[in-house]
Amino acid sequence: MSKLALITKGFLKENPTFVLVLGMCPTLATTTSAMNGLEMGLATMFVLILSNIVISLIAPVVPDKVHIPVYIVVIATFVTLLQLLMQAYVPEVYETLGLFIPLIVVNCIVLGRAEAFANKNTVGDSALDGIGIGLGFTVSLVVIGIVREILGSGSVFGWKFIPGDGILAFVMAPGAFIVLGYLMVLFNKLAKR
Amino acid sequence: MAAKSNLLNMALSLSAVCLVCSALLGGVYAMTSGPIAEAQAAKTAASIARVLPEFSVQPELKTVEMDGVEYSYYDVPGSGIAVISSAGGFGGPLKLMVGVDDNGQIVNTVVLSHSETPGLGAKCSTDVAFIDQFKGWDPAERKLAVRKDGGDVDAITASTITSRAYTAAIASAYDVYLKVKGNE
Repeated sequence: MSKLALITKGFLKENPTFVLVLGMCPTLATTTSAMNGLEMGLATMFVLILSNIVISLIAPVVPDKVHIPVYIVVIATFVTLLQLLMQAYVPEVYETLGLFIPLIVVNCIVLGRAEAFANKNTVGDSALDGIGIGLGFTVSLVVIGIVREILGSGSVFGWKFIPGDGILAFVMAPGAFIVLGYLMVLFNKLAKR
Repeated sequence: MAAKSNLLNMALSLSAVCLVCSALLGGVYAMTSGPIAEAQAAKTAASIARVLPEFSVQPELKTVEMDGVEYSYYDVPGSGIAVISSAGGFGGPLKLMVGVDDNGQIVNTVVLSHSETPGLGAKCSTDVAFIDQFKGWDPAERKLAVRKDGGDVDAITASTITSRAYTAAIASAYDVYLKVKGNE
């Protein structure tokens, strides 16, 4: 697979949200606005890239039977690291995302990439894979966030262009499912062409 | 691919990974604990500055017990006190900081944390018309309760429970103020 394909596959062929349907918990919960989606996507990408790099480095020496616990420890370490850094330097962002940052540890995308890609590929390729899948996840969350923010609050990235309250359901959980469902249909239709 | 497993290499690799990870986290924790404390202190200071008239002294954290509950407040001599109080909202506790000046008037209120419904009760931290109605409120003269309950507070549309909690938190903050003044 070419280096470029490693990055672009995250957008279309292996889009984590619309094709692999992984990591649904943060996808549904944090996309109330485009900004929240972007922040969550970037946080996940940070962990994904670093854990992919480290896991591809240590995979050859980790005994097979304990590889999952080892990977989880590595992932959890990066998540805690991210948590501390966010608390220290971007406390407002940390406050909005709150609980969903520690939940990155059990995000299927991160462990999924470790298992499916990083432990049998080179460091460089694994880093690119992390960037690609991370970008795909981020873009998906931003798209869902934009749709929900327009319908639910009449704004995009906090810039309000429709006065009034918007359709409340789209800010809450049911709206997340509805938007995700329709976008998935649209995405798969476009991707099949 | 992965190495063949035996007890020794499993134990060794797990311990090694845990050791490196905890060392790394310990280092980052030591590095960030300063900035984290600073960020929290800055947030508290900003909240106090928003709920009280201008002051130049350092606010002092104190606690007072009322009805078996311990309340924290910041004493700012010459300006007033900023009480932290909470009440049960629609989705969980609603935590406020309420500034009361030396004349017993509420200066301003700010939401510290809440878990209200987005788009409905969550407006309690952004709805200017709702928040600003408490500025300069004298609980001795106007009743701190939403209109539905026979008070003078205009509730947020479709969020009576949140508005009630907000009002109740202010009322208990005011009680704390009275108690503190009574003790002096």
